[in-house]
Amino acid sequence: MNTAHARDRASLPSLVDPSIIVPALTASVTKLDPRLMIKNPVMFVVEVVAALTTILFVKDVLVGGTSLAFSFQIILWLWFTLLFANFAEAVAEGRGKAQAASLRKTRTETQAKLLDSERARDFTLVPGGQLKVGDVVLVEAGDIIPSDGEVVEGVASVNEAAITGESAPVIRESGGDRSAVTGGTQVLSDWIRVRITAAPGSTFIDRMIALVEGASRQKTPNEIALNILLAGLTIIFVVAVATIPSFTAYAGGTIPIISLVALFVTLIPTTIGALLSAIGIAGMDRLVRFNVLAMSGRAVEAAGDVDTLLLDKTGTITLGNRQATSFRPMRGVSEEDLADAAQLASLADETPEGRSIVVLAKERYGIRARQMGELHATFVPFTAQTRMSGVDIGESIIRKGAVDSILAYLSPKIPVLSAGAAPTVKSLVGADQVREVQAIADDIAKAGGTPLAVAKDGRLLGVVQLKDIVKGGIKERFAELRQMGIRTVMITGDNPMTAAAIAAEAGVDDFLAQATPEDKLALIRSEQAQGKLVAMCGDGTNDAPALAQADVGVAMNTGTVAAREAGNMVDLDSDPTKLIEIVEIGKQLLMTRGSLTTFSISNDVAKYFAIIPAIFAAIYPQLGALNIMHLATPESAILSAIIFNALIIVALIPLALRGVKYRAIGAAPLLRRNLLVYGLGGIIVPFIGIKAIDLLITTIGLA
Amino acid sequence: MTINGWVQILVFCALVAAIVSPLGWYMTRVFAGEKTFLSPLLRPVESGLYKLAGIDEREEQHWLTYALAMLAFNLTGFLVLYGLQRFQAALPYNPMEMANVAPDLSFNTAVSFVTNTNWQNYGGESTMSYLVQMVGLTVQNFLSAATGIALAIALVRGFSRASAKGIGNFWADMTRAVLYVLLPLCIVLAVVYVARGVPQTLGASVDVTTLEGGKQTIAVGPVASQLAIKMLGTNGGGFFNANSAHPFENPDALVNLIQMISIFAIGAGLTNVFGRMVGDQRQGWAILGAMAFLFLAGVSVAYWAEAGGNPLVHALGVEGGNMEGKEVRFGTAMSALFAVVTTAASCGAVNAMLSSFMPLGGMIPLINMELGEIVIGGVGAGLYGMLLFVIVTMFVAGLMVGRTPEYLGKKIEAKEVKMAILAILSLPVVMLGFTAIAVVTPTALSSIGNPGPHGFAEVLYAYVSGAANNGSAFGSLSGNTPWYNLTLGAAMLIGRFFVIIPAMAIAGSMAAKKRLPVSAGTFPTHGGLFIGLLVGVILIVGGLTFFPALALGPIVEHLSVIAGQSFAAGG
Repeated sequence: MNTAHARDRASLPSLVDPSIIVPALTASVTKLDPRLMIKNPVMFVVEVVAALTTILFVKDVLVGGTSLAFSFQIILWLWFTLLFANFAEAVAEGRGKAQAASLRKTRTETQAKLLDSERARDFTLVPGGQLKVGDVVLVEAGDIIPSDGEVVEGVASVNEAAITGESAPVIRESGGDRSAVTGGTQVLSDWIRVRITAAPGSTFIDRMIALVEGASRQKTPNEIALNILLAGLTIIFVVAVATIPSFTAYAGGTIPIISLVALFVTLIPTTIGALLSAIGIAGMDRLVRFNVLAMSGRAVEAAGDVDTLLLDKTGTITLGNRQATSFRPMRGVSEEDLADAAQLASLADETPEGRSIVVLAKERYGIRARQMGELHATFVPFTAQTRMSGVDIGESIIRKGAVDSILAYLSPKIPVLSAGAAPTVKSLVGADQVREVQAIADDIAKAGGTPLAVAKDGRLLGVVQLKDIVKGGIKERFAELRQMGIRTVMITGDNPMTAAAIAAEAGVDDFLAQATPEDKLALIRSEQAQGKLVAMCGDGTNDAPALAQADVGVAMNTGTVAAREAGNMVDLDSDPTKLIEIVEIGKQLLMTRGSLTTFSISNDVAKYFAIIPAIFAAIYPQLGALNIMHLATPESAILSAIIFNALIIVALIPLALRGVKYRAIGAAPLLRRNLLVYGLGGIIVPFIGIKAIDLLITTIGLA
Repeated sequence: MTINGWVQILVFCALVAAIVSPLGWYMTRVFAGEKTFLSPLLRPVESGLYKLAGIDEREEQHWLTYALAMLAFNLTGFLVLYGLQRFQAALPYNPMEMANVAPDLSFNTAVSFVTNTNWQNYGGESTMSYLVQMVGLTVQNFLSAATGIALAIALVRGFSRASAKGIGNFWADMTRAVLYVLLPLCIVLAVVYVARGVPQTLGASVDVTTLEGGKQTIAVGPVASQLAIKMLGTNGGGFFNANSAHPFENPDALVNLIQMISIFAIGAGLTNVFGRMVGDQRQGWAILGAMAFLFLAGVSVAYWAEAGGNPLVHALGVEGGNMEGKEVRFGTAMSALFAVVTTAASCGAVNAMLSSFMPLGGMIPLINMELGEIVIGGVGAGLYGMLLFVIVTMFVAGLMVGRTPEYLGKKIEAKEVKMAILAILSLPVVMLGFTAIAVVTPTALSSIGNPGPHGFAEVLYAYVSGAANNGSAFGSLSGNTPWYNLTLGAAMLIGRFFVIIPAMAIAGSMAAKKRLPVSAGTFPTHGGLFIGLLVGVILIVGGLTFFPALALGPIVEHLSVIAGQSFAAGG
């Protein structure tokens, strides 16, 4: 995984930190409240059984029952089982709680400068908590933004460290895709007017606090289904154990209730039951540590199921900046002349493309960058109308721009020239030249580049080849995704030829060229119609419908309010490549549940072999042959099983929190691996564990 | 164990394997309503029946409608069969002048035949008139088998369809199952049986003078026709009390082989129907693979136990396998094979007395039934029972590969898990619950034939056999008492319908789901890994529940036998 993404927040404590362990120990006890326990059917059953046996034990103590020491130990371990389960959950919640506490600090009461109207200059100071949706506030340098909102006027640099942990300030401005501001962040310079978009108590930070604390945690669909399975297994074992007394009555013997309780509790899937909610919380926590906020656990689970990943080309697959890679002059023009003109046109062009042209000309032909001032040149900036930029040096006029814009500029009578169509009207450029420049342009596009035509004084000089630079290592990531069974689709505004070339270079499975927001939405719908789950990320308001339609929509934190509302996750780092990690985290969450369920159920084999011979030995000594672990006495066997059953929960807490590692090796090898480790391991480990505990407790004389 | 014994077992397996695909192909066409070579003959009959009953065969039924139609049909069948027994004395075809059957026995028998269990608390030749045998029992043999087939087809439609409301038409499925599958095969089989010496007559019993000069009544009757459906429909209810150990019901080795093959034929064929209907035959073979693994494991243990013989008998100087309660004609290999086949499928016919098997030999039939008879299983019931385990398996497997679980492109969600676990759960509840009550109830205890763990196994076996709708018995329990007639009747009903209704609910919800495309992230369900996992889940989820009960029954008996102890003297 990319270490840049794995950057933990400095303030996050580790798991063995006393600041997590100590409150977790307290919580282990308070969580024994049956009203809380009932949410977890398996552990609730354990609690009921533990309570009943405790009552029976007290009665036995009063009336003087037998083997009290043994009963006492069993009951003790029943309660330990419950405490361990609660501890697992509390530890998982701990890190979130610590984070929530630091977030709460940012929510301290701020005074808001409430404007009487959007245009008004006068404001009244009101507490931030009283702001309603639609209010407009003024936020000036040094002020804390009082609530979530949208910038309606102004531009300011904002420190969002409170929510992203990133101290470098970001620009927030009205209009465009960077208009959302978050309550609790601080304006560093300039001023903005903000229209409040969140009701009190439901701001982004409020939701974040609720999420990381797990307060709003709801069971996800798969978790519900798994709970049903576990409850069903519990009922099966109720029947299996509850029928034993009458079976033994037939055989002419009785079995102490405490032994049956021990058998029952060890058979029901307590391991997974105890760790289930910890796994879920830890999954969310992993996302939070990746600086991604999931609005629901359902979204995290859906991420694991994603079949199709829609990725924007720019910034995700390619570096944001195109680079000039070669000069392609027209016939009769020297490459050097083209380079010279292109460099002059780009001197004042501060875009990365412009700078790369200056650099390339210098590298190839030693043309030194000149100063605009020395040349008495005037820079002509890019406008949406002309779609060109350039420079005027005295009489000389140099322009660069997209091929069709330059052609349109050179032959004003041809507004738009489609590829291959010969001009019908006489122009400054001849038909031959048009064909030639088109051929060069096509050539460049096929190679995944973008052609940029250069004209000087009404003469077409040639084309600069700009190339998209595919991010290093991205091809391997896509190969990995393919292994996971996920199809990647590149979304780009480029023409199909360029798109195809970049798609091939980056190794994506498919691409959508000249994509409009509507195209994106249509693509998502058609994928979903085939039963696929789609993930995408976006930031602009025009991405909002697609974000809402996608099963997993990751909104960039830099994006608009609309985009943030539409998505079901927000990436605080605004890094689109994170989709890949999000998918992995989703898969990890499901795998951890599945693997521990398998482990938990497999454990039953050994527990039967420990307890069955022990409880039936008094009735049928022959059944001692089933004591294949050679456990010392029936008491030590039962005690060892119940101790193992409790300790395994603690032993597996780190795994539950860390998650079972996902490997992109295809479903069958992955399953084989997990079955070997957790299935076969689940059968073997308790045999060893129970035997070891038996040796220990007989040595120290507990049984 | 001998090589000869193993060769016979493997020949049986090879023959079953050989008919899977052709039978699967044929049945797939039949239930899709497509033309087959029998259509020219049977299609007019089929259309005529629909017209007569006012049924539109193309009308798709919602799962609930389908299930209600099935319940209504079965209830009618029950009432008719109950009435026939209660009034048989007044009805025709009663040459032996059998008296009316008692209410509790009639209830038990009616439930038994409607649920495809065919537990027999009566001796056929001494209790039932020919009319009851033919119009009552044999008809139910056909209908209960057809019901099972129809339900399996409906569940398979749940997997093969996508975004669909209906799961087929119960009436059309029933009609086709009887008309195109059961009847033609039974006619051929009955003729073969007659040719090999099985009686087929409406005449009364024959009185003969034996070589010693004594008088003996030899019971005959329409045996061959009932024998054919008894095996093919995995019913198992014998014409004679001795079932397929009776020379008239199983005259020679060839008939024995044909009987065993016909027990497995339709159940095995349906796995192929499943594969064909979901568009990938490998899926069907994988299911059959898991069944075959469990079957061969069972046969190996049972044959090993029986061929090994009884140490207590060896101690008396008698060498060889355990031949107590076995026909010398069949020996240990074919007796063990028959016992495993009949309990793997929900047939319940026997050619040897299971009560006399070695403890472990008798434990295999018990385990087969405790798992819910999913090893080939009852016609249809085996497939839908197995698919319930597949759902649980795929749920766990799906989570382990990091995706929302799915099977054949259908997501497995809370509802399916709930229904599958409900169905799987109902069997141990009934089997263990009733046993637990019975073994501490004096009325129930008085029926036990042997003391100690063996007696416990008799009771356990009865309820396991009833709930699993098998019908075979550990012979030494006298079951014809009001207690067993009623409780076993209840066990049979719960064991049948508490599995069927959830299975139909799954069929409905699966059919309504979209089909997800297969990707590299999808776990393939046609390989050895799937088979292994499925077997593991079946043994751990389905089997471990019974470990305490088995420990107190066959396992302790086995350990005692090898230690040279017996419970005969006072237990």
